[in-house]
Amino acid sequence: MANIVIDRIRKSFGAFQALKEVSLTINDGEFVSLLGPSGCGKTTLLRIIAGLETSTSGDVRIGDRSIIGLAPKDRGLAMVFQNYAVFPHMTVYENVAFGLRMQKADDTRVKAQVEKAAGLLHIEPYLDRYPNKLSGGQRQRVAVARALAVQPKVLLMDEPLSNLDALLRLEMRTELKTVLQSAGTTTIYVTHDQTEAMGLSDRIAVMHNGVVEQVGHPVEIYNHPATRFVGGFIGNPPMNFIKVPVSNGQVAAGEEQLAAPKDVGNEIVLGLRGEAVELAPLPQGLEMKVRVAEPMGSHLLLTGSIHDQPVRVILPASETVKSGDTIGLKLDSKRITWLSPESGKSFPALLA
Amino acid sequence: MTQNRPWIPYLLILPSVAFLALLFVVPLVQTIWLALSDNGAPSLANAERMVTDINFTRSVRNTFLLTIVVVPVQIAIALAMGTMVSKVGRGRETILWIWTIPLGISDLAAGLVWLSILQNTGYFNSLLFSLGVIGRQASWLSYQTPIALFIAIAVAEIWRGTAIVMVIIVAGLNQVPKEFKEAAEIFGAGPWTRFWRITLPLIRPALQSALILRTVLAFEVFAVVYALGGRNFPVLVGEAYNWQNQNQNYSVAAVYAVLIMIISLAATLIYLKALKVDPERLP
Repeated sequence: MANIVIDRIRKSFGAFQALKEVSLTINDGEFVSLLGPSGCGKTTLLRIIAGLETSTSGDVRIGDRSIIGLAPKDRGLAMVFQNYAVFPHMTVYENVAFGLRMQKADDTRVKAQVEKAAGLLHIEPYLDRYPNKLSGGQRQRVAVARALAVQPKVLLMDEPLSNLDALLRLEMRTELKTVLQSAGTTTIYVTHDQTEAMGLSDRIAVMHNGVVEQVGHPVEIYNHPATRFVGGFIGNPPMNFIKVPVSNGQVAAGEEQLAAPKDVGNEIVLGLRGEAVELAPLPQGLEMKVRVAEPMGSHLLLTGSIHDQPVRVILPASETVKSGDTIGLKLDSKRITWLSPESGKSFPALLA
Repeated sequence: MTQNRPWIPYLLILPSVAFLALLFVVPLVQTIWLALSDNGAPSLANAERMVTDINFTRSVRNTFLLTIVVVPVQIAIALAMGTMVSKVGRGRETILWIWTIPLGISDLAAGLVWLSILQNTGYFNSLLFSLGVIGRQASWLSYQTPIALFIAIAVAEIWRGTAIVMVIIVAGLNQVPKEFKEAAEIFGAGPWTRFWRITLPLIRPALQSALILRTVLAFEVFAVVYALGGRNFPVLVGEAYNWQNQNQNYSVAAVYAVLIMIISLAATLIYLKALKVDPERLP
């Protein structure tokens, strides 16, 4: 068990900067996701931690020991790959035992560890089979068991669920959470799937263009995105961004006046989660033109515009709004994020 | 489409089957008959004549020796080349292109190239002389220097025939996803362990193909030997050629041909058995 300190890691491929001074601290036993769209540098960062890629500059420490110059095998970590990388020419047993065999563990220890890991992942019935006979989900279980069998200080996972079909992914996600909670291993998990990151992580680091945009608890990131990118990337539907005029430090939302952050110009961006609204009569509420109303069963999804800017909001399924209606909305002022129209950054002062 | 007309695939395959039957199976049957008959009656007289010939034992021994030395060296070199080139980023195609040049040279031409290097007035002697290693022309390819002749032939064969092995091995290596090696590396396998325990088992099908192809070709070695050693180094195909052309005895030549075929088939069967490729254990 160990904490991980990622200290000003930079990585350039020629003129392209894949990582621009990324720093991140992961506590002992914590599950942290690196979340971002493809090309954001999350996999590169993971591979640098693993030792499969070299960084241009910066340091990585595991338990106060710098590992940046060490070979992957000397870093005390294990990894689960997107395409499983389960060895096809070895039985499931030998796959799970691989790391222990490389450590020259004696047979009794190998047997005990393999059986323990196999039990955690429910793959005991397949131990004598070859991976080719297994489904994608079972192969990924083998890959996770292989990683846990060596009792790593740090577990790295690179999009481990993205090759599975949707139903299986959900099932494996729940199971992964159970397994890793009981194992207590410090885990770094790379994904582009925000629901995976939200569901699994203690903290999420949202990455974009080689920079960590925000690190925090999933709910904190969801409710208070630090940047416009984070708000747009997390949540489905994404956060709405409405540019609104400011007069006398206040923003009008229908008849209600909302206090804007201090020292802003004539305009500000109002970041609004789709579900942080309720229906209100006009002209009391903020006017929204509904273009399409989609009853989803659990809720009602409305697509339309506020101040001629596209928005998506969610209302309880019981509301009866139709396509083409004009409605009024009351905004939950506690759940509004104010962002600078120039920098796209939120006003943290107001979050407190 | 083909479900309605199941005969279409057969129709499309027919020309090649007919072609092979006509130009392969018929001559094969004729050769076997020629080998195992005398004046129209089944007989082992030709085989007896082959076996009792002074060059028979030598040609068998030489061919096997050459195969046993050349094929493993070629496989080893091809594996090394394939592994090295897989680490190369830019210029990979150019390197592969240069490495495969020997593929485009006929074996007789290859033999002549090495002859020009190794003959008495060749480049090799000139080099040794200019370095002061030898005082006068040394002979490498005569019947008095059998070991030098063997080495010369082996080197020429290795130079000429490694490219095809490398092409097959590189194709095999390209099939192995890099994650297998990365996973092995993370779980503690060093470069040698990765090679023996991960890479080699995973390129087994390619290895099998390369071994079969190269071994069969090695048993058929002729032109390079003929160019460098003439009759100083008898090999099986060379003997078949001599019986056919010099001695005008088609029957004994046919026995040689059948013998070479049996050896090749046996080698292929041994490889198929020894390097059994289990589809269950492939990626």
